[in-house]
Amino acid sequence: MKFTLSWLKDHLETDATLDEIVAKLTSIGLEVDGVEDPSEKFAPFKVAYVESAEQHPDADRLRVLMVNTGKETLQVVCGAPNAKAGMKGIFAPVGSYVPGIDVELKKGNIRGQESNGMMVSEREMGLSDEHDGIIELEGDPDIGTPFAKLFGMDDPVIEIGLTPNRADCAGVRGIARDLAAAGMGTLKPLKTKAVKGSFDSPIGVEFAFSKDDADACPLFLGRYVKNVKNGPSPEWLQNRLTAIGLRPISALVDITNYVSYDLCRPLHVFDADKVSGNLTVRLGKKGETLDALDEKTYEIPDFTTVIADDKAPLALGGIMGGIDSGCTDETANVFLEVAYFDPARTAKSGRALQIVSDARYRFERGVDPAFLPEATEIATQMILDLCGGEASNVVSTGVEPEWKRSIEYNPEDVDNLIGLHVPEKEQRHILSVLGFELESHTATPPSWRGDVEGRADLVEEIIRIHGFDNIPAISVRNDQAVAHSAETPTLSKARRARNTLAERGLNECVTWSFMAAKNAELFGANDEDTIKALTLLNPINAELDQMRPSILPNLIEAAGRNRDKGYPDNALFEVGPTFQSSKADGQSIVATGIRAGNQAPRHWSEDKPRKVDAYDAKADALAVLEACGAPAGNMQMSADAPEWYHPGRSGSLRLGPNIFAYFGEIHPAVLDDMGIRETVCGFEVFLDKIPASKQKATARKLLELSSLQPVSRDFAFLVDASTKAADMTRAAIGADKNLVSYAEIFDVYEGDKLEAGKKSVALTVTIQPQEKTLTDQDIEGLSKKIVENIISKTGGQLRS
Amino acid sequence: MSDMSQNISQLKTELTSLIEAANDLQSLEQAKVTALGKKGRITDLMKNLGKMDPEERKTTGQALNVLKDEIADLINKQEAALKRQALDLRLATETIDITQSPRPERKGHIHPISQTIDELVTIFADMGFTVAEGPEIEDDWHNFTALNFPPGHPAREMQDTFFLPDDPTEDEEKQKKVLRTHTSPVQIRHMLNTKPPFKIICFGRTYRSDYDMTHTPMFHQMECLYVDKKVNMGHLKGCLMDFVRTYFEVDDMPVRFRPSFFPFTEPSAEVDIGCSREDGGLKLGKASKPENQQWMEILGSGMVHPNVLRNCGIDPDEYQGFAFGCGIERITMLKYGIPDLRTFFDSDVRWLEHYGFDPLDRPNRATGK
Repeated sequence: MKFTLSWLKDHLETDATLDEIVAKLTSIGLEVDGVEDPSEKFAPFKVAYVESAEQHPDADRLRVLMVNTGKETLQVVCGAPNAKAGMKGIFAPVGSYVPGIDVELKKGNIRGQESNGMMVSEREMGLSDEHDGIIELEGDPDIGTPFAKLFGMDDPVIEIGLTPNRADCAGVRGIARDLAAAGMGTLKPLKTKAVKGSFDSPIGVEFAFSKDDADACPLFLGRYVKNVKNGPSPEWLQNRLTAIGLRPISALVDITNYVSYDLCRPLHVFDADKVSGNLTVRLGKKGETLDALDEKTYEIPDFTTVIADDKAPLALGGIMGGIDSGCTDETANVFLEVAYFDPARTAKSGRALQIVSDARYRFERGVDPAFLPEATEIATQMILDLCGGEASNVVSTGVEPEWKRSIEYNPEDVDNLIGLHVPEKEQRHILSVLGFELESHTATPPSWRGDVEGRADLVEEIIRIHGFDNIPAISVRNDQAVAHSAETPTLSKARRARNTLAERGLNECVTWSFMAAKNAELFGANDEDTIKALTLLNPINAELDQMRPSILPNLIEAAGRNRDKGYPDNALFEVGPTFQSSKADGQSIVATGIRAGNQAPRHWSEDKPRKVDAYDAKADALAVLEACGAPAGNMQMSADAPEWYHPGRSGSLRLGPNIFAYFGEIHPAVLDDMGIRETVCGFEVFLDKIPASKQKATARKLLELSSLQPVSRDFAFLVDASTKAADMTRAAIGADKNLVSYAEIFDVYEGDKLEAGKKSVALTVTIQPQEKTLTDQDIEGLSKKIVENIISKTGGQLRS
Repeated sequence: MSDMSQNISQLKTELTSLIEAANDLQSLEQAKVTALGKKGRITDLMKNLGKMDPEERKTTGQALNVLKDEIADLINKQEAALKRQALDLRLATETIDITQSPRPERKGHIHPISQTIDELVTIFADMGFTVAEGPEIEDDWHNFTALNFPPGHPAREMQDTFFLPDDPTEDEEKQKKVLRTHTSPVQIRHMLNTKPPFKIICFGRTYRSDYDMTHTPMFHQMECLYVDKKVNMGHLKGCLMDFVRTYFEVDDMPVRFRPSFFPFTEPSAEVDIGCSREDGGLKLGKASKPENQQWMEILGSGMVHPNVLRNCGIDPDEYQGFAFGCGIERITMLKYGIPDLRTFFDSDVRWLEHYGFDPLDRPNRATGK
C-alpha cells in the first residue's frame, strides 16, 4: 500500500515530521517498506535570475549568461533561443545529475567561454518533452526556491507492507486514523454532502442468488449519472496516482482508483449506454466468459459473483470490470456500482482466475460494510465535480451485512496478557480514537475492523498503539541447580550418531526428503499402495515427487556429483527421516552413510591405497550402535540385507527378529541403474529400534583389576572356505567363558598351497586367570578344550 | 706415609688412567677385571690383610675399601659414557624426512544445520525448555485448522503447500495429507497429548512449494511454546532477547518488536535484530553511529491465540502463553556468513568441509559457544 505525505495530511491534522510518521507507522504494525522523497533527487535545482545575456563572441547560436543563484553570480553558456536578461528559470549547478538527459554536469568551456552549470528545459527535468527553450518562470518566485517545491514534486511517497488482517489500512484514511490514535495528530472529519437525485435511474439492480449463496453480495447501491464528459483528470489527481505507481487513464476511471486508495472503497463505473436492460447480480454460469479490462478473456467459475445485464456478464464482482461496458472518452452516461462482496468468495474467485487487482486486494480482506451509502455520495460528488452531469436517485438492493458484535472488555486483560500496566483511561482513549464504542464492560469494534473478534484482539489494539517498546523483558531462565535435560531419546541418539560418524571421517549431508520415483523403487519402494500414498500430488518437479524410503540413493547421487567435480573419494552420512506410510507413525529416523572410492588418499607409506569395503561400513554401523547404547558386541549377524545390497557382501545386525542395521556393498546393478561405476559401501542404522538407555544413577559398577597375568596362545585351523569367523571365535570363548577373555582371527589364507574349498585360519586367544595362577597343565588342558570346541563346531582340523 | 698407603695411592692413579683410557666397552671390561677381578690388583692387596697386625689391618682395610668403591664408581661412569657415545653414533644415522606427511586420516564434519540445532537445544535447555517431536507428513487439521487458519487461507492451496493423497482410513478432518509447512503442528500434538504447563522447543524439516534464489522446497524451522497460568508477553520478550543475544553472541544486540499478524497468535509481533553495513559488509549488532542502525527481521512471535488453545482442549481463561518460530537456515546463514541457501542441500564436499563443524566443536556453554 502506497500513499504520499500530502495525501495523508488530507485526513490527518499533524505537525509531525516525515521521520516521526515513518517511525510511528512501523511501531504500530504498519511496517514501512520504503520512503521515496523526490525532493531529494531534485535538491540541487533552484530558481535563478538571469542578470545579463550577451552574444557568444565565437558562436552565432550561443549566448553567455550571468546567472544569479542567490549565493553567487556564475557565467553560463546557453543555446536556448528564449534566454534573455531579466528572466527567472531553473539553474542546475556543476555536479548535479540532470534526470531528463541522464547527465552529470561538469564545468565546461564552450568555444573559449567558461560555463558553470546550465539553465534547464522541461525535458531536461523530465517534466515533458518540451525542448524548444529553457523554463521561463512566471509569477516572480524568490531566487533560490527549490524546483521540487515550485513544481509540486516534493511529496514523499511512503509504502507500507500491510498484514492481511488490516483491510482498513488499504485506504489512506485508515492509516491516518491509526496515526491519530498513536498521538500523531487528529483525524479530520469527512465532509460528505448528500447529492440529491433529480430522477430515477433507468437501470435497476436485482439479486439472483440461491439461498445458500445470498452472502456473496448482500448489499448493492447504484446510481445513474447522465450527461457526463469524460477526459483527462485534473493535475492534482494525476500527480497522486502517478506518485503511487498508477497510470492515469480518464477522469471516470481515475475517480474509482482514487476512492479505492483513499477510503479503501473499490467502485465500478459502467458506461450506461452499453448496459442492456437491468443489472443482475448472480453467480457465474457454466460456459460464460468475460473480456476483462486487463484485455484477457476469462472463463467464469460457477462460484464467482458476476454483474450481468440482459445479455451477458459485464463484470466479475469485486475483482475486475469488463472491457465492453467500460468507460471511454465518448462515454456520456454512467452507472456507478458501490457493492459489498464476500471476502472468502472474492479470494477464491481471484485465485481461480489468477487476477490480481486493487479491488480484489481490498474485498478479500474485507471492506467497511457500513460505508456504502456515504461512499456513494462521495463518488457521485466527485463525478459531478470532475465530469459534470446530473445524478439519479440511489438504487439500493439488499441489506447491510450484520457486523456489530460486542466484546467483553476488562482493562486487567492488558496486565495479564502483556505483563504491563496501562491505565484504563489511556486504554479507553486508544480504543475510542480507533473507533470502538465502549461501555463499562464491553467494546464494540467499528464497522471497518472486521478483524477484531475477541479479548486478545482488544489487548493487541491497546498495546500496539501504547507501544511494544514499553513491554518489559522478563527472563524465563531456569533457576534450578541441576541442569535441565532437554533432549528426547531420539534426538540424543541422532546427536551421538552424528558425532560418531563425523569423528570417523564422514561428512554430514542434509538432503531432500523426496526423490525420484525410480530411485525410491531401487531402494525398497515396491508396494503399489505405499508408493501411491507417498507420492506428492504437486511436486516441484518429477525428480522430487516420492517421499524417500531410504537415504542411500541421495548420498550415492551426492557422491556421484562430487566425483564429477573431481573429488572421487567420498565418505558421507545423513541422520534423518525415511517414510514408510503417510500416517503419523509412518516415519523413522535412520543414520545412513556411504563410503566410495578409496578409504584414504594415495600415500608413500602404502603400495597402493585401500579401496573401501563392506567391513568399513560394518565398522561404521557398529560404532553408531555402540554410541547409541545398543549392545553392539552381542549382535547377531546374518547375510540377509535387502536387495539393494551385494548379496554376498552384506549383512544385517540383529537381536533375534529385531533388525538394528544393514551394511555392505551396494548392489552393482543398482549402482549401474544410477549411473555409478565405482564400488560404494553403505550402512543404515535404525535409531528408533535402539531402546533408550535406562541408566539413571551416576555411580558405575565397581572395577576389579586382576593381579594375575593374562596368557595368550595362537592356533591355526584348516577349515571349509565357507566357515564363519564368528563361529570360530565364539567356539573359542565358549571353551571356558570364565577364563577365555578374548579371541580374534589374525590371519586367513586361501590359495594354491591348500586344497580347493579350504582356507587356513589363525586365531589368537587370551586366557585371563581369575583366582589363581594357572599351571602349565591347566593351560594345556584349556588349549585342548578350545581346539576340540572349534573342531566340533566347524569340522576343521588343527594345523601343526 | 707408610709404604702401604703409598702403594694404594699409586694403585689408584694407575687404575684410574687404565679406566679412563678404555675407549670401548670391551677394554673397559678388561680394566674392570684388572682392578676388581678375582685375581685383580685390589683383590690381591685385600688378600694380604690377614697377615697384618690389627692396627694396620684396620687402616689399610678401610683405605682399600674406599679405593674399591671409587674404582667401581669410576668404571660405572665410564661405562655409561661409552654407552651413550655408542647410542649417539647410532642415532646419528637414523634420520627421517620430517617434511613427509603422516599417514592420512579422514576428518568428518557436522552440517551447519545440525550445529545450529544443537546450539538451540543448549540455549533453550538453559531456560528450562524440553524438546518435542512430531511427524513431517501431517494432516490438514493439525497443520492448519487447529492453528486457526481460516478455510480459504492461501497457505492451504496447492500453490503453496505439498499435498499427498488423502488417507481414507483416518477421521474425516484428518484425511487430507500435507507435508508440514511449519513445525507448529508439533505444538498442537504436544498440547493434545499432555497436560499444561507446556515449555517446549521443537524443530525439524518443513516444506513449502517454492524453489528459487531464496527458497527451497525443504527447509528447517525452530519453534518455542511456553504456556502456563501467568506467562505473558513480557516473558516472550525476555526469552527472545536472551535467545538472540546468546545465539548471535552479541551481548548488546538491539532487538525490536513490531506488531504483526499471524492466524495463530494474538497479539502478534515480528522481531528484528540490529545490524549495520558501515564497512560495506553486514555486521550484526549495534551500529557505531545511531543513524546507521538498520534492522533485520528474524522471527515471528506472539501470545498463543485463544482459538488455538481451545482447539487443543485448553481453557484460554485459565492458561495463556507465548509461541515463536524462526527459520534455522536463516539464522545459520546470518551467524556464520553463509551466502546461498540452496548450497545447504547440495552435499558438495568442498562446502561441507568449509562450512561444516569439527565434531569436537560441539555447543557448550562452558566454552562460550
